[in-house]
Amino acid sequence: MSKVELWDISKSYDKQANVLNGINLSIEKGEFFVLVGPSGSGKSTLLRMIAGLEEITGGTLKIADQVVNHLPPKDRNLSMVFQNYALYPHLTVEQNILFGLRAKKVNKQEQQERLKKATAMMGLADLLKRKPRELSGGQRQRVALARSVVSEAPLCLMDEPLSNLDAKLRAHMRIEVRRLQKKLGLTMIYVTHDQVEAMTMGDRIMVLNDGKIQQVGDPITLYNEPANLFVASFIGSPKMNLGKAVFVNQMLKVEDFLEIDMGSITPATKIVQTANLTIGIRAEHILPAIDKEATHELEVINVEQLGNETLATFEIGTELWTAKWLGQWSIKVGEVVPVHISKDKLCFFDTDSGRLLKATSPTKETEVIVV
Amino acid sequence: MKEAVMIPEQYKQIDFMKVKKKQKRVRFIKGMLFLLPSILLFSVFLFYPMARTLYLSFFLTDNSGATTVFVGLDNFKNIFTSPIFLKSLQSTFLFVLYTVPGTIIISLFLAVIANEKLTGIGFFRMIFSSTMGISVAAASVFWMFLFHPTMGWLNQFLEALGFEAIGWLTNPEWALLSVSISTIWMNLGFTFLILLGGLQSIDSHLYESAEIDGASYFYKLRRITVPMLSPTLFFVITVSFINAFQTFGQIDMLTRGGPQNETNLLVYSIYQEAFKNYQYGTASAQAVILFFIILLMTLLQFKLGERKVHYQ
Repeated sequence: MSKVELWDISKSYDKQANVLNGINLSIEKGEFFVLVGPSGSGKSTLLRMIAGLEEITGGTLKIADQVVNHLPPKDRNLSMVFQNYALYPHLTVEQNILFGLRAKKVNKQEQQERLKKATAMMGLADLLKRKPRELSGGQRQRVALARSVVSEAPLCLMDEPLSNLDAKLRAHMRIEVRRLQKKLGLTMIYVTHDQVEAMTMGDRIMVLNDGKIQQVGDPITLYNEPANLFVASFIGSPKMNLGKAVFVNQMLKVEDFLEIDMGSITPATKIVQTANLTIGIRAEHILPAIDKEATHELEVINVEQLGNETLATFEIGTELWTAKWLGQWSIKVGEVVPVHISKDKLCFFDTDSGRLLKATSPTKETEVIVV
Repeated sequence: MKEAVMIPEQYKQIDFMKVKKKQKRVRFIKGMLFLLPSILLFSVFLFYPMARTLYLSFFLTDNSGATTVFVGLDNFKNIFTSPIFLKSLQSTFLFVLYTVPGTIIISLFLAVIANEKLTGIGFFRMIFSSTMGISVAAASVFWMFLFHPTMGWLNQFLEALGFEAIGWLTNPEWALLSVSISTIWMNLGFTFLILLGGLQSIDSHLYESAEIDGASYFYKLRRITVPMLSPTLFFVITVSFINAFQTFGQIDMLTRGGPQNETNLLVYSIYQEAFKNYQYGTASAQAVILFFIILLMTLLQFKLGERKVHYQ
């Protein structure tokens, strides 16, 4: 197990503008840490810098309390799983798994012991003599994981390892990777562009965009209190509904379309004083007005039936908002449905800086959990 | 219900088999039309000459190449007892043995070093592949100057170092080797380019993964580069083999088969037999033998080599 620390890490190619900027981060021992961001955000570059495959332009990288900026990958005591698995097509599964140990000249007996342990763990015992091309995607994935297991490195890096699998297998491998990490007590740094993967797997998540850290925190914090508009729209599926808003007396006018009664909000608060306001509301917080009084009547422009839940889309000015309702609702496109939008469920952002001004009031949330 | 099951009158009259057959025929004719240009060209420049060669190899001919006497397999019997032909066969095999491994090893080395990501590597890649753009004739003239007994740089260099001058192209012990050296040089560009292409198509993640595992440079070269390059290597070896057997230009330019028939390779021997001695029959017989040698060697390579080749 090793702790990874990044001090003001930056990266630039050919003295051009930085692709990564001021990355300060501390990853604890045994933590499952997820780097998530859209493509081109620099997450893979950051991972490759930690691995030593990419030069570090500025800053200090420490692994297990040792500065490793200058060390080649093999001396950093880590293993890595690549997106395309990087299996050697001309070698059998067994040779693939043992490749690293042979290169390091680990003695034969120990090689076999580690192989046996890893293959038993990954369920590969019957496939040892096969070539990678004779394996399915999931099996290849397991070989790549086994290769990282036999190295017995305390730090494991994964670069979008599940993105080549189909949805069903991906969900299954998510659990398997997570279990493996807990079982071996690995420190894991996991890169993905899939926010669902990040949310379901990570102990902590770092959201990266344009080479800058947007937010670091545990999944629930990221979901409930997104630090800025980017995180708000990136984390969560369907994404958070956003709209520009202005205060007119005690009313909040969203996209010149929706009026939300803010009740007795004091004019002195930061929210009221901000010139350009954007509000956000999660899809599950636009409720059907069944038990509660209807605050708005909205026209449905699209319905998605998922079986266990129903997604309804509304047009709010120029924005499309989605509501997620549990169960099966027989609504039709074009229908006008009464909905309940509570002012407590709104997130407020400063449109200019993108920063969060006020998150949803958490009180009711906990009440629900208690009940 | 009965009405629904009945096939309407208009469909009954269509004979599906017949329509399908017609469609097939149209497709076949279309395909043939696309193939026609190549069939025509191949027939004129390949199939007909091949058949003609085989035909001529059973005859004696006059000066113009017209057949005179049918001799059956006599041409073949004669050339296999002819010391000149046997010598030529031996030289050809030696020549192949010198040039093929030489070309492959040197160009593999050049390709591996030119595959490194360094600034200005493009310049070296251009230099290494440049011999591809030089014609055999030009290269031969160039090497003739290098090999020149007195003015040649090679001998001047040797003499400057205090060695005796070598009769590169005139000494029977050296001539074949000299021609081989110049041939290796001429073939380097092509082989280098193909191998470099092969190297660049190897997934870089394999090397990165090996790097994390702590594999040394030579371990990576042996366990990743060479096996992953094997399809390309196999192709290059096969092509080099065939090219070596068919060498003609540099022989004609540098040695004209001499000294003492040392460099009288098969194709040059065929050329002399046909166009110097006007023995079209025996020349054709030699050509047929060359064809079968190349065919056999290539088949053998596929049999032996394919097992060690890892296709993706």
